Amino acid sequence: MAAPGLTSARPPAPSGWEAQAAMLPDGRRLHLHQGPIDLVVEAFGPEAEIRAALAQAEARFAPLLGELVAELALLRAPLAADAPAPSGVVAGRMRAACLPHAGGFVTPMAAVAGAVADEVLAATVAGRRLTRAYVNNGGDAALFLAPGQALTVALGAPDGIGGGRALIRAGDAARGVATSGWRGRSFSFGIADAVTVLACSAAGADVAATLIANAVDLPGHPAIRRGPARDEAPDSDLGDRAVTLDVGPLTAAEAEAALDAGLAVAETMRARGLIEAAALTLAGRTRVAGDPRLAGPREKRP
Amino acid sequence: MDGTDANTPRKSVEKIRCDACPVMCYVAEGKTGACDRYANAGGRIVRCDPLTVLDAALEAGEAVTPFLGADWDGAPAPDERRFVTGLGAGTTYPDYKPAPFIVSREVEGAELVTVVTEAIFSYCGVKLKIDTDRHLGDETAMVRADGETVGHVTTAEYGSQMLSLGGVRHLTGGEKREGRVTCETLLALCNREAVELTIDGGATVTVQAGRPPIVDGQVESKMRVGCGSATIGMFATQWQGLADEVVVVDDHITGVVSEHQAGKEIGWPDTGIRIKGRRSTPGRYFRVAEPGKGWGGADIDDPLQILGEWNPKKGARPGLRLLMVSTTGEQHGFYVLDEDLVPRPAPLPEALRGPVSVIEENCEPALCTVLFVGGAGGSLRAGVTGNPVRLTRSVQAGETRVTCAGAPVWIWPGGGITLMADVLDLPERAFGYVPTPALVAPLEFTLSRDAYAGMGGHLGAIRPVEDVLARGGEYGAATRGVGAGPGHGPGMRWPRRG
Repeated sequence: MAAPGLTSARPPAPSGWEAQAAMLPDGRRLHLHQGPIDLVVEAFGPEAEIRAALAQAEARFAPLLGELVAELALLRAPLAADAPAPSGVVAGRMRAACLPHAGGFVTPMAAVAGAVADEVLAATVAGRRLTRAYVNNGGDAALFLAPGQALTVALGAPDGIGGGRALIRAGDAARGVATSGWRGRSFSFGIADAVTVLACSAAGADVAATLIANAVDLPGHPAIRRGPARDEAPDSDLGDRAVTLDVGPLTAAEAEAALDAGLAVAETMRARGLIEAAALTLAGRTRVAGDPRLAGPREKRP
Repeated sequence: MDGTDANTPRKSVEKIRCDACPVMCYVAEGKTGACDRYANAGGRIVRCDPLTVLDAALEAGEAVTPFLGADWDGAPAPDERRFVTGLGAGTTYPDYKPAPFIVSREVEGAELVTVVTEAIFSYCGVKLKIDTDRHLGDETAMVRADGETVGHVTTAEYGSQMLSLGGVRHLTGGEKREGRVTCETLLALCNREAVELTIDGGATVTVQAGRPPIVDGQVESKMRVGCGSATIGMFATQWQGLADEVVVVDDHITGVVSEHQAGKEIGWPDTGIRIKGRRSTPGRYFRVAEPGKGWGGADIDDPLQILGEWNPKKGARPGLRLLMVSTTGEQHGFYVLDEDLVPRPAPLPEALRGPVSVIEENCEPALCTVLFVGGAGGSLRAGVTGNPVRLTRSVQAGETRVTCAGAPVWIWPGGGITLMADVLDLPERAFGYVPTPALVAPLEFTLSRDAYAGMGGHLGAIRPVEDVLARGGEYGAATRGVGAGPGHGPGMRWPRRG
């Protein structure tokens, strides 16, 4: 059958222009979607409180992408301490999360997924009596835990099998979790299969995971294929910088060396109080910074 | 250096602006936007994962009615030739929920229900049929992609070498990278992409569904007409009188016309030829050489190396004319015995050109065939009915038809629902993956509404076709139609070809 592959005579119905909200078939989780954003929101507590909380999430989400787009140029520019501050609330979360890292190259976009999760979570729980809640933005999640509560977060590595689980208790500082790696939806300068970070906010975890994943690298290694970010996505905030396109076979020693480089960055961030824990995975090997309970020991396969 | 830096000359990138959402991404040719949902395909923004509707009214390959919600005119009762496929349907996990689309439609008076899903196959693989005589590797040799073991060489079939790739042991039983590479390999093959495979102790072969295999850099063009013995049987009469002896060189069964039954029956005289190798029956020899990439799939570049001394007592004589030819006719040599009964190369007589080329003309083009094999057992069935084993029984009884994006599948007899589908019967890029790792394939179960009710189906979730087209599903309303021409799609009849 000579069926066409990608097919459509013209741009499809621009459903992405409208924020969409729908309960997932389990009747418990709210799916919020607009353009590139997909959030899954779940709240725990009395039924009426849950309903009200999800309504608040939906209301906050509706204008959110529009606010970001209005300042997109600024948010895509490399962050300097003296750069003009954005006016949007989510943009402000992005900038605040990235500022501690502004010594090196970073744009506020490095925290966008986490900042969106933080913002919608804040709206979800505001004024509500909930025991727990989370907003999961494609793997970058913001958590709410009432005193005494705990939540187990499954940590998915992009290549799958070996994601561990992190147990986060109300007494822990961590309220955000994020994962980055070159296989993910965002570009990376590094070669980590996955770097999962727990931090006080999802935005903070997001930017830290991005930068730690960038540092898991073997500069100049011939098995690593790189190319300008702009060729992949013309308006990438990374411009002409070379991003990782493919990683060929690495020796055990090479993988260890790359992980060591990333771990050093993670430990520095932990010492500065920017992150609580991190788990770095490359070629089936894992390094953990911080409490293994938080970073989640990765499953070992025989 | 990694060739990555900004100094590398930039190729110009055709980019267009997507207006599907407020982000208004610029999207480069062949890439997706920030959402991974919309892509630039040939200068147009397209949705990557629309629900695909097969429409027998459309000519195969012709464009496609977008069937978007906005355009649906609400006309009732779309005709029975329209069939909602699992492609782009989205999936549900865990599977106790109803499948993403349970669609009812009227077909020839009987109300049918199609349960449509994109099934996640942790147990799946591909069977590859590679038309070649060349030796790709020993049976059971490991097949690798990107250095990882993804399958093995299995039986050699008539004119083809079979490989078996994937399966749960490679997908989830090995190291993580092995699983990922296996998944990528299966996905690429099922989506009709070219994949380079290396076989331990054997060849490197590039395989793509519907295309000739490339063995160690050489494109295989012809499939053998038959084994050496069969070639003798087919063409012995055409050689008679033009050559005194004909040997068809074949790694499996080399044929010798003067000894072969086909020669005997037409009174072919003995020649005193002696073939190295193991004689099976008269005129049929096994193992004349080692497997290889030369003549007839053996490691033979000079065919004379398989010949022993000529015996004058059994008919060898100076001037005897010998034709040696491979099973595809691509290689051939003509020789005349000298005074010492040693074959000397000579130009092929004009009269033999026809009989040699007829071998080649009778060869079919060499192709690669990719059959997807998956087990639709397990929890997936629960998306169809609350009583999963009834679905299995219904499929086995022929009451429920299983299709893969509308393409016919072959269901293995015995337990479970183990199906095979030719990936060329499916629309392009029908397969996806999840990082489990596992393949995602569209899958439809079609049965009568009564039967569906009888097995405890999710009756409350049934929606008419027009409603699905108008409103879409959980994961969006975009649909696409692809032509389902005669012999394709749900209206397909056996026999499948010809």
